Amino acid sequence: MPEKNNKIITENLNFYYGKFQALKDINIKIGEKKVTAFIGPSGCGKSTFLRTLNRMNDLLGEVRIEGKVLIDDSDIYRSDVDVVTLRKKMGMVFQSPNPFPMSIFENVAYGPKIHGIKNKNTLQEIVEKSLKQAFLWDEVKDDLNKNALSLSGGQQQRLCIARVLAVEPEVLLMDEPTSALDPISTLRIEELIQDLKKEYTIVIVTHNMQQAARISDYTAFFLNGEMVEYDRTENIFTKPKDKRTEDYITGRFG
Amino acid sequence: MLTKPKDRKELLINGFLWAAAFLAVAILVFILGYIILKGMGHVDLEFLTQKPRKMGSEGGIFPIIIGTVYFVFLTILTAAPLGVGTAIYLNEYTREGKITRIIRFGTELLAGIPSIIFGLFGYAFFVVLLHDYTQGWSLVSGALTATCMILPTLVRASEEALKTVPRSYREGSLALGANKWQTIYKVVLPSALPGILTGIILSIGRAICETAALLLTLGGSLLMPESIFHGARTLSMHLYMVAMETGNMDVAFGTGVVLIAIILLINFTANYAIKKLVARNR
Repeated sequence: MPEKNNKIITENLNFYYGKFQALKDINIKIGEKKVTAFIGPSGCGKSTFLRTLNRMNDLLGEVRIEGKVLIDDSDIYRSDVDVVTLRKKMGMVFQSPNPFPMSIFENVAYGPKIHGIKNKNTLQEIVEKSLKQAFLWDEVKDDLNKNALSLSGGQQQRLCIARVLAVEPEVLLMDEPTSALDPISTLRIEELIQDLKKEYTIVIVTHNMQQAARISDYTAFFLNGEMVEYDRTENIFTKPKDKRTEDYITGRFG
Repeated sequence: MLTKPKDRKELLINGFLWAAAFLAVAILVFILGYIILKGMGHVDLEFLTQKPRKMGSEGGIFPIIIGTVYFVFLTILTAAPLGVGTAIYLNEYTREGKITRIIRFGTELLAGIPSIIFGLFGYAFFVVLLHDYTQGWSLVSGALTATCMILPTLVRASEEALKTVPRSYREGSLALGANKWQTIYKVVLPSALPGILTGIILSIGRAICETAALLLTLGGSLLMPESIFHGARTLSMHLYMVAMETGNMDVAFGTGVVLIAIILLINFTANYAIKKLVARNR
């Protein structure tokens, strides 16, 4: 797998919700500025794994984690790690678009503002740049003060991506970002991911195997909390080594 | 085949439900109409702007209107931070567990206690025990007592409002690197504001209508309150005291009209504000 420039490495990662073990001994190396897709049936642990990477699982009640998650070679579960800085670095896009009930401008400016940027002009520049990066600028530039909830689903999701880009993350964690969108909006997001790959490390959870095949460089297949197989995407889809991977991608279950 | 089945039962039920609804509205209209008809003649500029004379049986109600306004403001000023704060703590900072259950049980228990019991407590605690700080019967004692009284409603309403804020808003904010308080202050509270305001309005309604508990804590002075450490009288109290002590029903009805007008005014303005807020959030 990606040998040089690994952005994210996990070592013997185990994760428990109460007594239920949701992740079993995950070892993975995720390459910098690559698109890595996690596929697998519902409940296989792929989303849980994604959420261990920016410590969003901390918000849930009784969870326990064992093993290591290294980002840029430093363990993010060490007790002295600042979660705020970590989450700023590991931007996250959610399954269904979740813009805040504020204007388009305020949504994008939200992150920079909480991280201390007050200057109006600077904010304006960040908002414009982020919306352009998310291929949304041309559609909304004339009504930045419009409420974000009045946008279409696809536009809302691109707004959420712009909102994440505005805090200048290094990694984009995307949790089934197109599952609530129509095919055309999905296509736009996929094009956007291809474009963002130049600057960001992208990890995307998807239900949709064609999507993984279309956009990712590497694919990991999860089943029942285990990472069954992890390889270059073309290998996973053309010559899987594990019988279970083959069964899944040929549609025998899932 | 296609003729209507016998629908006498249906008609009967419809008739009953209609009559019930009609009666409910009719009673309301009757009471309001009666009070307004009886009292309207007594309400004029003099009544609204003059001091009361002869125990309130003559003259106006100006100090009482002012006392009511002071009392309501003071009560909201202490109750709103406490109530909303409790709701935020329960909903955002604790996980469901023993402590939240105890606090919630406590607030619900408080909601069921008759107001005169709050009055008794307020008298013993704020008026007598804390006399050095509250100056006995005073706006402070009255407002603190009313605060205890309306707190449960306020906590409950605020909690419900916070619960309607989708979890995805909180996650979205936290994932951007916002801390908990930033998330609550900038995303959660603004979305919950219409619901919280509704709770505050309901509470104002309860405080403004209260008499028994306030007789024991606010005193009932007819003078213009000079500070929050002076006694005062609210419109509801005035209505009761004038009717019972002087027997001048004209003044009582006039006061009733002013009270109803104030309550309607508060409700309409609040509804308007809430509608504006909701529209902004959509």
